Amino acid sequence: MGELLVWPALIAYGEAAVAYAGILRGHGGSSTRLGIWGVRVGWLTQTALLIVQALDSDGFPWGTWAGALNLFVWLVVGAYLIWGCTPRYRLLGLAVMPLAAVLLVTAWAGGGTGATAGDTPGSLLALHVGLMLAGLAGLTLSAGLAGLYLWQERRLKQRDVTVLRLRLPPLEALERLSARTALVSLGVLSAGILVGLGSFERGDFDVPMAVTLAIWAYYATTLILRREGGLRGRRLAALLVLGSALVAVVLPLTHFAS
Amino acid sequence: MRLALVGVSHRQAPVELRERVAVDAQGAAALARELAGGPVPAGCEAVVLSTCNRTELYLAAAGSGRQLDEQASESLLALAGDDGAALAPLLYRLGDDAAALHLFRVAAGLDSLVPGEGEILGQVRDAFDLGTTGPLLDRLFRQALHAGRRARVETAIGESPASVPAAAAALAQQVFGGLDRHSVLLIGAGKMSELTARNLRSRGAAIAAVANRTAAHGEELAARVESRAVALDEIPALLATADVVVTSTSAPVFVVDQATAAAALRARRGRPILFVDLAVPRDVDPSLSAIDGCFVYDIDDLEAVVQASLAGRRVEAVRAEQIVAVEAERFREWQASLAVVPAIASLRARAEEIRTGELAKAEGRLGRLPESERKLVESVTSQIVAKILHLPTVRMKEAAAGADGVIYADVVRHLFGLGEEEQS
Repeated sequence: MGELLVWPALIAYGEAAVAYAGILRGHGGSSTRLGIWGVRVGWLTQTALLIVQALDSDGFPWGTWAGALNLFVWLVVGAYLIWGCTPRYRLLGLAVMPLAAVLLVTAWAGGGTGATAGDTPGSLLALHVGLMLAGLAGLTLSAGLAGLYLWQERRLKQRDVTVLRLRLPPLEALERLSARTALVSLGVLSAGILVGLGSFERGDFDVPMAVTLAIWAYYATTLILRREGGLRGRRLAALLVLGSALVAVVLPLTHFAS
Repeated sequence: MRLALVGVSHRQAPVELRERVAVDAQGAAALARELAGGPVPAGCEAVVLSTCNRTELYLAAAGSGRQLDEQASESLLALAGDDGAALAPLLYRLGDDAAALHLFRVAAGLDSLVPGEGEILGQVRDAFDLGTTGPLLDRLFRQALHAGRRARVETAIGESPASVPAAAAALAQQVFGGLDRHSVLLIGAGKMSELTARNLRSRGAAIAAVANRTAAHGEELAARVESRAVALDEIPALLATADVVVTSTSAPVFVVDQATAAAALRARRGRPILFVDLAVPRDVDPSLSAIDGCFVYDIDDLEAVVQASLAGRRVEAVRAEQIVAVEAERFREWQASLAVVPAIASLRARAEEIRTGELAKAEGRLGRLPESERKLVESVTSQIVAKILHLPTVRMKEAAAGADGVIYADVVRHLFGLGEEEQS
């Protein structure tokens, strides 16, 4: 029965995505309000779904790729809700909410929203998975902000005449926020890796671990270059978007391909 | 109470005539006092709204609207002096609902040259403060200010810039956000450059320097914008620190070219820079916009942004008109309810008279009751009267909003014999 909660969550996320798209058609105020409420209702419903899953499962219910995707969507929307779900960043919702709806459908199709027998991986591994997913969710949000930066920068470069009618957050604010989000996410990812190392044994080192460390190194280098090498603007935003795209493609292949 | 408006605005009269009837704050207050104390009926209220686009006299008093019209027209034509004859056919005269709707539209910026311009709301507030107001104009102006605020809060009519300097400042905010910690370099000391600098300063930016070929002009402008004048050869060094560069020279070649900018941009370590090029021929090499973090807007780009903003304002104006119409209807209902207020007051007074009379008759028996029970009787009888009169009061006020208000008032007076005792 608990799995039925996925539908109201999906409807709310879909409604938010459609409402945010309405901003582009000039329905600013009402669309923003509807969008924000869709995000809130959808996230609360998905929270209820996750609680039901946790109660119904014997072990950790999000160990499969679909289950992890379900949790990942919840974390991404949660991060957006805390970090940017305001009228000022309403167009970020246009990037986040359609993605959240599509990923949740994918999770549902893969059986990640129902009760499962679950693995019994121990609390350390559950914490490791949770922190890793939270870190990746933050990096996705950071990529969303960077994407918004690239769009705004393009509009300003091309001298789009509607640049003052359909207002995005200022470029500097977008750059600062995307970098900070990436930094916080990298911290969470680092914590996840350290927790994972707690259960590491000699000879366990495999491709997923190598990929995870490579992703960590990629973001760490990018952020160090920003701080020390003056890597800013378009190039920084492009690297954050590229990083998120690499994560989206490579990580599922290495972690769940089998 | 009747309401009358007589005025002249940019829609009918050229500036040569408008300036003849324009009055300053002191003049507006004096004229309002003069009108209120004039030969119109006693208790007259008057407000004078005088801006660069209009001079309007609002009068309210009991009696004939025509008398108010004539009084206001005479005053306005007297202000025009010798040009009175030329002005007379350009005056507009509105009464009651139409006058209220007009003021609401004015306050919302819907009657302005640039729809939604923000200054008019403050001007209406000032006129109200300086006026000689009573119950009608007080309510009218308060509601007009409310309508003006609603139009600006609930629509985007006043959000986008309506001039090139305002557009340049808004673009700077789109790049940098708050301008508090950002500096501006002015190259050239033209009028547009100064207006843009003022706009940027009003949003928190500091003018770092003014570079001009003629040192004296540069120093004058620098003094006006609290900055310092520098020579043109200091520009490359200043480009490394300034975030917004406003240019308006008459130089025949680029003042900021690729070579000048390249070194400065390297020193900026990726921090963005915005060039606002107001000059024709252009001062800034447009190919600079290809550089990461470098944004170049020339005068045509800014004009196009302003035109798009104005088009947006016109779309929002349609929504603002709906808000204004709702507020005007509320005012009309309130004004109409005034017609039944005397009847309601008489009815309540009559009921209270009966209640206290009956209590007085029973004083012999009530006097034996303890104080607490006497208070209880007072309270219960008051509540009974209030409850009985509540629905008729509400119905009369509702009817007043339509055409039947006066009939209802007459019926109530007749049924309850209100005013008959006074007549007898």
